[in-house]
Amino acid sequence: MQKNLLLKTGIIVAILLIFVYGMLGPKLFSGEGLKAALLDRIHLGLDLKGGTHLILQVMVNDAVGAQSDHATELLKDELQKAKIAYADIGKLDNQPEKVVVKGIPVDAVSTLRGIVRDRLPEYDVTAGTDNSWVLTMKPQVLADLKDRTLEQSIEAIRTRVDSLGVSEPLIQKNGLGDNQILVQLPGVDDPGRVKDIIQSTARLELREALDHGQTYPTEQAALQAHQGILPANTVVMPSKPRRGEQEGGFVIVSRVPVVSGTDIRSADPGNKSDTNEPIVNFYLTAAAGKKFGVFTAAHSKDSADPSNLAIVLDNRVITAPSINGQINDSGIIEGGFTEESAKDLAMLLRSGALPASLHYLTERTVGPSLGADSIKAGVKAAIAGMTAVLIFMLIYYRGAGVNADLALILNLVILLGFMGFFGAVLTLPGIAGVILTVGMGVDSNVLIFERIREELRNGKAAAAAVDQGFDRAWTTILDTHVTTIVSALILFFVGTGPVSGFGLTLIFGLLANLFTAVFVSRVIFDAVLSRKGRGEALSI
Amino acid sequence: MEFFRNTNIDFLGKKWYFLTFSLIFSVAGLISMAVRHHNTGDWVPLGVDFRGGTLVYVKFTETPNNTAIRAALDKAGLHNAVIQGLEKGSNEVVIKLDLKETSEADLSKGKNQIINALETNPVPGKQNINNSDRIGFAAVRDALLASDPLHAEPAEYDRLARRIMDFRDKEHGGVIKSMDDLKGVVPDAVLNALKQSFYTSDFGVRSADIVGPQVGGQLKKQATLAVGFSLLAMLVYLWFRFELIYGVAAVVAVFHDTLITVGAFSLTNQEITLTVIAAILTLVGYSMNDTIVVFDRIRENVKLMRRESLAEIVNKSINQTLSRTILTSGLTFLTVLSLYLFGGEVLHGFSFALVVGIIIGTYSSIAVAAPMLVAYTEWRSKKSGRGAIPLPAPGAKGKVRVKV
Repeated sequence: MQKNLLLKTGIIVAILLIFVYGMLGPKLFSGEGLKAALLDRIHLGLDLKGGTHLILQVMVNDAVGAQSDHATELLKDELQKAKIAYADIGKLDNQPEKVVVKGIPVDAVSTLRGIVRDRLPEYDVTAGTDNSWVLTMKPQVLADLKDRTLEQSIEAIRTRVDSLGVSEPLIQKNGLGDNQILVQLPGVDDPGRVKDIIQSTARLELREALDHGQTYPTEQAALQAHQGILPANTVVMPSKPRRGEQEGGFVIVSRVPVVSGTDIRSADPGNKSDTNEPIVNFYLTAAAGKKFGVFTAAHSKDSADPSNLAIVLDNRVITAPSINGQINDSGIIEGGFTEESAKDLAMLLRSGALPASLHYLTERTVGPSLGADSIKAGVKAAIAGMTAVLIFMLIYYRGAGVNADLALILNLVILLGFMGFFGAVLTLPGIAGVILTVGMGVDSNVLIFERIREELRNGKAAAAAVDQGFDRAWTTILDTHVTTIVSALILFFVGTGPVSGFGLTLIFGLLANLFTAVFVSRVIFDAVLSRKGRGEALSI
Repeated sequence: MEFFRNTNIDFLGKKWYFLTFSLIFSVAGLISMAVRHHNTGDWVPLGVDFRGGTLVYVKFTETPNNTAIRAALDKAGLHNAVIQGLEKGSNEVVIKLDLKETSEADLSKGKNQIINALETNPVPGKQNINNSDRIGFAAVRDALLASDPLHAEPAEYDRLARRIMDFRDKEHGGVIKSMDDLKGVVPDAVLNALKQSFYTSDFGVRSADIVGPQVGGQLKKQATLAVGFSLLAMLVYLWFRFELIYGVAAVVAVFHDTLITVGAFSLTNQEITLTVIAAILTLVGYSMNDTIVVFDRIRENVKLMRRESLAEIVNKSINQTLSRTILTSGLTFLTVLSLYLFGGEVLHGFSFALVVGIIIGTYSSIAVAAPMLVAYTEWRSKKSGRGAIPLPAPGAKGKVRVKV
């Protein structure tokens, strides 16, 4: 009996030490104080620390449309090479995975099929209405493209957030809806700027600007300049307001970019040599540089077909200068930057464009001041509740109350230790979970003690009463804990954010409670009993 | 010390009182929910999490003047904004916008409109240091680095910027009344440099929740699923451990608790948020816990008391566990009450649900679950003409007994 008791005490002390380490971690020995060590291990959630929680929708159809634009260009090239006339080729606006080919001769259909088979294997060809043919992206290819777009968006956001020096960001797919991303940025104290940087697609495109880069005041004005019908394969795009102006105008640009975001190799901020105005230098990949060289040579001021170059960022024309001569692999963007915005844009271009635009679906920002107040309130409530319970147990159960209090405190240490080991995040509902764990811990103790009292009333000796009390209460404790753990598991898996955190805290707490209320409390009883004489009463 | 000893209360004899009590509260909640559904289309007042919309917590330097706020918002075209004051003396208000004014194309538009409307005296060329959306450590440090008032190392400006942010956020709840308040906190030269870049508004945004319609709908679905699944899982577990009727009785009791708690939210017009759902699930677990304790005792007594009727056994079991029930509920209630009193605004709905839920959950184990068990058994024995009690066969049905 004695040896057994020693062994059990040893186990309890070992577990206590392990979880104290889990709770306080290596900093325990660094002498920086208990609070610093605790905060190093237990990560506080957004609601306590302040920060931003964002859910973004990735507009994956952007990437699908880009793919179809590419297919359109390729098809036009190939049909021209094969000397086949066509009326129009273009993607459908509401179904970007479809490209419609209109007005090709009937005898050219097999050639079209051949081109698609050899050069565009990701598309299927079917007959459409009015003698047209429809290229539809294969479902598997489409699904892969969407997945890839989501993954690339997550990567791009991660690079951007990392470059801002946000600590412990969480960036992952959001399980709630299709193509959503969850971003949590604890401790960010200027969320507005971070949000802008995340959302900025940073898709730099170089397009041909028609009408010598003329800026029209309205979209209608642009249309009227061409008698209401835009030239083939062009679109009207808004332009960024010039310095000192409130609103930008509209520029007619080519539908398909000459150079797109993925062709940017690098970028850095700089200053214009004559005016010292902040600018952004960008550098193209070799392949894009070649294409750009051909385009600029063909459309330079002195060429037969002079045209302007539109520098487009996120579907807004920043500038549309004329082309002085052939440019190969680098260029500058100027247009009213400040030092900071030039720095941010260069970073965005370097980190890679987002493959698709993003919309915010949810934005929750907890200011650092509210977080500080919440944690004060939460901790105050937890301490007040806990102290009241500990004192009550001591008064009501006297000697056995010490058991209960020790078990409860150990329960808390194990719970926090668990969280430290698993890197779980403590949220405000998490603190509530801790309080509920304390409640369940009290319940287990009360169940056992009431049972022991009952057995004592029935005339059993102390040792037998303790034995019976634990034995009988165990079934109930197991049932209650399993049911609550089951519902906590569902909270953890089905819930998101704070609900999930609450579930996790509760699971850890209840597991710890099964150990402390049943095993630890029993060992303390046995230790007390082993010191007492045969007839001595138990303090309960 | 002992509060209850050998009580012998005839709980089952009072089942008609219990039924009346439960019906009054359930029906009151249901009526309030039905009226709300008729008026607004929602069964319960839903928080911004589920309904979608914009919620901005604003803290002012002085006691906020709701009429002035109202006028400013009206001027900005936000006629449907709801302004709600928080605790007295906190100088805080919540401004709510409907989903209609929250579009996914430009999610923060409503929030920015509110901030612009409240900003009565912007200073051109300077930034508002209380604008916690944009002005944080980085902006203050950059301003100091650019002006370099002390001709010091960057590390010194890092320290100063951190100090200023702590002053704003940790010591003054997010709002600095006047730049001159920083006198003594930072050297005068630094303060003068800061004044060149920053000014103070008479308010600061403490937190903002903006939820678009899409996510709100998805969350509503998810929360309903979570509650449904957790009830189902419990039913299955109790079926496995006891008998099907025990599981059904427990689930009915828990459903009763949930209904009354949600009804209380509807009656008091408090919003159901994600954290309140967590609280409701907690109360489901708690009430189930309470019911199981009584059922466990019934199961045990059925073995011991072969002669007595089930009604007598159930009465005795409730009495035997009464001391434990009251103690545990009382202590849990104590912790939850401390949460309600000290837990702050953010936890208010959560702790309200638990305060109501614990009272109802404790009551329902005694007044709903146990009488239902008895009523079913009596009905079944009348039907079959036998006095049999559905014994949860001891030792069978995967009963686990572990020695510790």
